[in-house]
Amino acid sequence: MARFLIRRILQGILVMWLVTVGVYLIFYIGPGPGAVARTLAGKSATPQVVAEVSHRLLLDRPIYVQYGHFLWLLLHGDLGYSFYHQQSVNSIIGAAFPITLSLVIGSAILWIVLGVLSGVLSAVRARSILDRTFTLLALIFYSMPTFVLGLLLLLVFYYELTIHGIHAFPGSGFTSITANPWQWFRGLILPWITLALVSAATYTRLTRGSMLDVMGEDYIRTARAKGMPERRVIFRHALRAALTPVVTQYGIDVGVLLGGAIITEVVFGMPGLGFTAVQAIQQQDLPVVIGVVIVAAAAVVLANIVVDALYAVLDPRVRLH
Amino acid sequence: MALLEVNDLRVSFRTPDGIVQAVRGLSFDVDTGKTLGIVGESGSGKSVSTQTIMGLVRGARVSGTALFEGQDLLTMGSRDLQRVRGAEVGMIFQDPLSSLHPYYKVGWQIGEMIRQHDKSVSKSEARKRAVDLLRLVGIPQPDRRVDDYPHQFSGGMRQRAMIAMAMALNPKLLIADEPTTALDVTVQAQVLQVMKTLQEEFGTAIIMITHDLGVIADIADEVIVMYAGAVMERAGRRAIFYENHHPYTEGLLQSLPGYGDDRERLLPIPGSPPSLINLPSGCPFHPRCPYVMDRCKTDVPELAPVGGDVTHLSACWLPHDMDARNARRKDVIGHAEPAPAEALAGAEAAGGEA
Repeated sequence: MARFLIRRILQGILVMWLVTVGVYLIFYIGPGPGAVARTLAGKSATPQVVAEVSHRLLLDRPIYVQYGHFLWLLLHGDLGYSFYHQQSVNSIIGAAFPITLSLVIGSAILWIVLGVLSGVLSAVRARSILDRTFTLLALIFYSMPTFVLGLLLLLVFYYELTIHGIHAFPGSGFTSITANPWQWFRGLILPWITLALVSAATYTRLTRGSMLDVMGEDYIRTARAKGMPERRVIFRHALRAALTPVVTQYGIDVGVLLGGAIITEVVFGMPGLGFTAVQAIQQQDLPVVIGVVIVAAAAVVLANIVVDALYAVLDPRVRLH
Repeated sequence: MALLEVNDLRVSFRTPDGIVQAVRGLSFDVDTGKTLGIVGESGSGKSVSTQTIMGLVRGARVSGTALFEGQDLLTMGSRDLQRVRGAEVGMIFQDPLSSLHPYYKVGWQIGEMIRQHDKSVSKSEARKRAVDLLRLVGIPQPDRRVDDYPHQFSGGMRQRAMIAMAMALNPKLLIADEPTTALDVTVQAQVLQVMKTLQEEFGTAIIMITHDLGVIADIADEVIVMYAGAVMERAGRRAIFYENHHPYTEGLLQSLPGYGDDRERLLPIPGSPPSLINLPSGCPFHPRCPYVMDRCKTDVPELAPVGGDVTHLSACWLPHDMDARNARRKDVIGHAEPAPAEALAGAEAAGGEA
């Protein structure tokens, strides 16, 4: 178990190193010699700023020194400096990340509960009206673009309610949980629902299929032959085994979203990582883009390690290897 | 009154190709402390019938009665049936690896059942009883093994654990559905021995479903031979081996390898089992029967006593007088004995060694 985890962590470190190499090649080598400082400095940089960038990033030194410096800073948790904003990338991402985290954690809880419960019900009552209803809803939300659902929710629950004098939800923005927990919660309800519904659809289908497979297993028959009540057979015996593929998908999805739930953040005007990345691209603020890429990659790698650890907890057969 | 009395059990499934008649009028009874063997090839309805009785088959049309201590299991409410399952009737299945839950410890799986049927048992007490049960079925170091997962057990140990679980609440009836099929021969014998010992100790009735006549020779008191969802022959163990009447029983015995004799070729039953959607007219076995007569193709034979013995029934149009039957055997097969003698001796010897 420990060896298994250590191996996965080492693999994760390798992936992260490859990401830094990729990022370096694209942003530091790609523009060509002499142009790197200019692109990193941003759209409206003066020649003095460009010179300062060149100096700070050791761009006048050999490539291996440049890359070593880049990696050295990263290893010390320094994501660089935004010359456009005259601010460290750490502080920009440090402000954006809690917003994305609030959004993703809330909606992830919501969608896993919705998806798994509806999937289990669908599987247990396969081909019933209930199953068909869930299938239809899953298809609708699965094929609906996030911005359509988000804008529809805003239209109904923000615009229509507000013009009728009911101020239930704010239209956009984010309030920190430490500043005002109630405002934080109110502001997140619509984004949570948007992201959760779009994601839950996959989980309904995944759980349904996985449950149907497991319900046909011999050990389910054994559980019934032991005299276990059907509810216990479904949740304790079948769901436990059916969750494995669901957990895998969950880890990947949560990891990807932690790198920025771009569309949801933009629709609801929440300055999270995705929003910040889009803005940085428009402003050609490349140090911020680099920072977001690295943080997003780290989130995916970390989520995958967590999934593997969870695997071992869920399935005792994995623990031995 | 017998412990379990099954009367005219019929089970059918609706499929896109038509209605599958899996069990067609099965009747039998089992007494306390006795072992009933049910033999037949795949698809003969032997597993479906017992699983239907225990309510483990879904989406089937079922008729008939299955009286367990006078109560009909087929019409019983699901809560009452849950109380019977495990506590009154234990079940073990063919593949012990897939029959145990891969994610839970063996001891937990046994303890879970004990606690389900007796809520007053604490977790630590259930674990202690699981250890005792594992010891009872001969698992070495049971106090350590109780915390193992099924994949850490060998095949034989898994089936022993299944038996321990099935016997945990001292059920009156144990249904063993091909319990030795997935095991190698020496382990088979050990597992059967465990079952026999438990039966002697607790007086449990056993229904042994198998296609292995060696297992039947070892353990059964009475034998039912099933074919295409119906009983072909029913008799005591010795009669099945030495005075069998039905040509299907004879064919099963002939297809058994003779132990210690490799010169003779096996004699398989020609053809394959019929489709349960479109059964042959008359006797379902007639297309494969070496004794087939015109009457067999049109009329369905009923189970009738052989030689006036009401404990030996055969559903066949051949003469029910054993001398006349053996004369026909001599005409068709070439010898008057029911089957090659060495095969029988081998089957019984294999059982006897266990």
